[in-house]
Amino acid sequence: MNAPALKEWPLWEVFVRSKQGLEHKHCGSLHASDAQHALQMARDVYTRRQEGVSIWVVPSSAIAASEPNDKAEFFEPASDKIYRHPTFYDIPEEVGHM
Amino acid sequence: MNAPIDYLLQLADNAVILGQRNAEWCGHAPVLEEDMALANNSLDLIGQARLLYQHAATLIGGDASEDTLAYFRDVPDFKNYTLCELPHLPLMSATACGDRDFATTIARNFLYSALMVLVWDRLQGSADAQLAAIADKSLKETRYHLRHARDWLLRLGDGTETSHQRMQAAIDALLPYTSEFWASCPQEQAAQANGSGTDVAALRTDWNTIVDAALQEATLTRPADSAFLPTGKQGLHSEHLGFVLAEMQSLSRQHPGATW
Repeated sequence: MNAPALKEWPLWEVFVRSKQGLEHKHCGSLHASDAQHALQMARDVYTRRQEGVSIWVVPSSAIAASEPNDKAEFFEPASDKIYRHPTFYDIPEEVGHM
Repeated sequence: MNAPIDYLLQLADNAVILGQRNAEWCGHAPVLEEDMALANNSLDLIGQARLLYQHAATLIGGDASEDTLAYFRDVPDFKNYTLCELPHLPLMSATACGDRDFATTIARNFLYSALMVLVWDRLQGSADAQLAAIADKSLKETRYHLRHARDWLLRLGDGTETSHQRMQAAIDALLPYTSEFWASCPQEQAAQANGSGTDVAALRTDWNTIVDAALQEATLTRPADSAFLPTGKQGLHSEHLGFVLAEMQSLSRQHPGATW
């Protein structure tokens, strides 16, 4: 009981899986005191209209993000390499949606 | 076999009055996430009340509807536990104003939902098929309400010196009101007799286990049982219920039959 009160709750990123078999998708963030707390708050804030069957929460501080300033060297070189898109193949009917 | 109407009303009145009380936090909760959690809880309770009122209204027949039962009955007609109608600051007079006490909200939701998970669980086997179906739906909601309240009880009880003190004060103030759970009343006896209800007194040991374990984990002390016995479910209420109804019913009474 001697822990000092948290004046600011850390930020958490919330990921929700909408259906079994689909991936978890980022849907927003919230403030909570710990992981368990964040999960419950995510349930109340992000799944109240039946949006999900599973929730992940991740401390926002654990996410390493690319820098907006790196945009030119990170992303632009891909723009003229259309051969990286699998659009030159015929997909057999039986495969269905890929 | 239908449940006695007064028994359905008791269950519905508990839900609607506590739902109305918890809705008072809407827009005022300590943080946005908690605002939504309490609004969700409130809407769950009002949803339970609606199903129970609709069932009761069908049995009553005539012009009875969920609206007449919720909005056009007066204090002595309501059969909710006194616990459910208390303001979020239990030791004030009915007209007094003060900052809402979150610990009081949590203590009440904890004590009530610890009972209702047991009651709904038993009522799933009610001889009244409609009530059994309502119990099935309500049980899932109430399990979450218990989890939410218990979680905060632990955090605040085993938190800082101030939060511990406030949580303890809320438990001290509200626990005596739970004696009403175990005192049998005519509608409960009638429901038990025809197989639609359950013997609530038989749930006391299980309820004590839930409450004692949580209080211990939260480093809180359970106050000794007292001889105090509230009588809300008999229609004899505290001075607070009139103010709750005044706010809850005023719109319907000013504009009877209005729809939107």
